[in-house]
Amino acid sequence: MSRIVRIAAGQGFWGDWLEAPRRQVEGGPIDYLMLDYLAEVTMSILQKQMQRDPMAGYARDFITQMEGVLPAVLERGVRVTANAGGVNPLGCADALLAMARGAKHHDRLRVGVVTGDDLLPHLDSLLASGHALAHMETGEPLAAIRDRVLSANAYVGAPPIVEALARGANVVVTGRCTDTALILAPLMHEFQWPTNDWDRLASGIVAGHIVECGAQSTGGNCAYDWRSIPNLENIGFPIVEVAEDGSFVVTKHPGTGGRVDVHGVTEQLVYEMGDPHEYITPDVIADFTTIRISSDGTDRVRVAGVHGKPPTDKLKISIAYRAGYKAVGTLVYAWPDALAKAQEADRIIRARLASLGLAFDLIHTEYVGATATHGPLAAIPEDLPEVQLRIGVRSNDRRAVERFTREIAPLVLTGPPGVTGYAGGRPKVEEVVAYWPALVDKSVVSPRVSILTT
Amino acid sequence: MKVRLLDIAHARSGDKGDTANVGLIALRDEWYPILDRYVTRQRVAEHFANVITGSVERFELPNLFALNFLLHGALGGGGTITLRTDAQAKVYSSALLRLVIDVPDAEARAAKLPEHRA
Repeated sequence: MSRIVRIAAGQGFWGDWLEAPRRQVEGGPIDYLMLDYLAEVTMSILQKQMQRDPMAGYARDFITQMEGVLPAVLERGVRVTANAGGVNPLGCADALLAMARGAKHHDRLRVGVVTGDDLLPHLDSLLASGHALAHMETGEPLAAIRDRVLSANAYVGAPPIVEALARGANVVVTGRCTDTALILAPLMHEFQWPTNDWDRLASGIVAGHIVECGAQSTGGNCAYDWRSIPNLENIGFPIVEVAEDGSFVVTKHPGTGGRVDVHGVTEQLVYEMGDPHEYITPDVIADFTTIRISSDGTDRVRVAGVHGKPPTDKLKISIAYRAGYKAVGTLVYAWPDALAKAQEADRIIRARLASLGLAFDLIHTEYVGATATHGPLAAIPEDLPEVQLRIGVRSNDRRAVERFTREIAPLVLTGPPGVTGYAGGRPKVEEVVAYWPALVDKSVVSPRVSILTT
Repeated sequence: MKVRLLDIAHARSGDKGDTANVGLIALRDEWYPILDRYVTRQRVAEHFANVITGSVERFELPNLFALNFLLHGALGGGGTITLRTDAQAKVYSSALLRLVIDVPDAEARAAKLPEHRA
C-alpha cells in the first residue's frame, strides 16, 4: 500500500476553538498539525501590539496551545506548521522555546522560523524604485496613503517552510504566508514533489483550502441539512490523508462530532472563491473546475483529479493603513411599534448630530431583527416583539466620533418610549484599519529560514 | 412554476475586499442544470440591485454542481472598514437563497422541483 501523510488542521483563525489543537494530536494518529491564525486584518492588529511592546506582535494563543501539543511533538514526532509568527516570528519562536524549556525531551525541539515577508522596512525603497504597489481593485497608487501605513507583508509560499522541514524543524513558525502553504509544504517535503509538478501542487493547495478554515469543512457553519449534523459540541476538526499522487481523503478523528460529507466539503470549496479556473497562489495556480469529489464512506470524502499550472511572477502583499475612527451604538425597542420607534430614534439622533455640525464619512443604521442581515430582501412582519437600533459612524475626526458615542444614552429619556438594552454603556471609539492589497515582483521578496533550539 | 432557491440549493458566502462571493450548490446533483439555466448573472444582479453597488460575475463549476457569484460593492467598502453587521459577507449566502425563479411547468415537474407558494 502506498504511503499516506496525515495532516490535521487545528485552528481556522486567531480566536478559534482553544481545545482544537490538543484534540487533534490526542484523537488519533497524525503526522502534521497545521495552525492558521492570520486573516486580512490580523497583521495590522499585531503590528499595533508590537509598537506598544517589542516582544509582542504574534498570536499568543499559539504558545498556550503548544503546551498541550508539545508532548506529541517531542515524544511522538508530530510536526507543526503555523503562521502564528504574525509580524514578529522570531519573538514567537523565542516565546515557544521559553515555554518548552521545562518540558521532557525539550532538547528535541527544533523551531524553524520563516522571516522575510515583512516589507514595511523596504516600502520606501520599493516605491522609489518604481513599484507603485497600486491597490489591486481600485488601481490607486500606494503613495496616496503611504504616511498612514501600519504594516506591509508579502504572502509567501511553501518553499521556505519546506526548507525548514528539510533542516529538521519539528515546529515551523512563519509570518504572513499563504494559509494553503502550511499544508502544501509538508506534502512537498514528505513526497519530494518537484516545485513544477503543477497538478500535485494544485492538489495540495485544494487540500489546504478545504482545511484552512478549521471545522468549516467538518460540519461547522454548514447550511446543508444543518439540523442533522451530530454533536457539534464535540466537533472534530478536519484531517487530510494525502497520497503520493496528490489525491486525498478529508476526514476527522473517530468519536468526534460534526460531519464530513460531499455537500459540506463542497460548501468549503466554494468559500472565498473567485474565478474557480484560477485559484492563484505563489506556488501554483489551481483549477477548481477540475476537482473530482466523491464519498468514501462515513465521514470520509475523496478528492482527486486536480489540475494546476505555473504561478505568476508576482506576490500578493497585504498592506494595512489607518483610515479614521468608528463607533457603533445600540438600543433595544420593545413592542408595540418596535420598528417605528427605532426608526424615530434614528431620525432624532441624525438630527442632533447634524445640529452639532459634526462631519462623518458615513452614518449607517440597521434594525436588528428586521433589516440587519438581508436588508430590503427580507419581508418585515407587522408586529415585531422587539427591534435593536444599531447605528454606526465613521470619520477622520476622532472628536466627532467621540461626541457621537455620547448621543446614544440620552435617547433613553429624550426619545420614543419602550427602550432598553443600554446597560453596556457608551460605545467604544475604535481606530479603523483598512486593507490595501497589492502585487509586487517575486524577486524583491527573499524569505529566510533559521533553526532555533532550546 | 415558482421555485425558491432555498428549496433546491444550499450556499456558503465569504468576502474579499469589498466583494462578496456566494457559492450556490444544488441540493441534488440533477438540479444543477436548473440552477445553471435560470440563476443567471442578470437574475442575481436584479435580486441584489438595492443591496450592492457594483456588478455581478458568475462562474460555473459543473464538477461540483455549483455556481459561484461575485457581488462587487457588497460590503460598504470592505470587511475592515465597514459599519455593517455582516462585515464579512457571511449571510449573503442565505440572502441569495431567498431568490424565487420561474421554471417552465413541464421542466419543473420532470425535475421534481418543489413548488414555492408565497
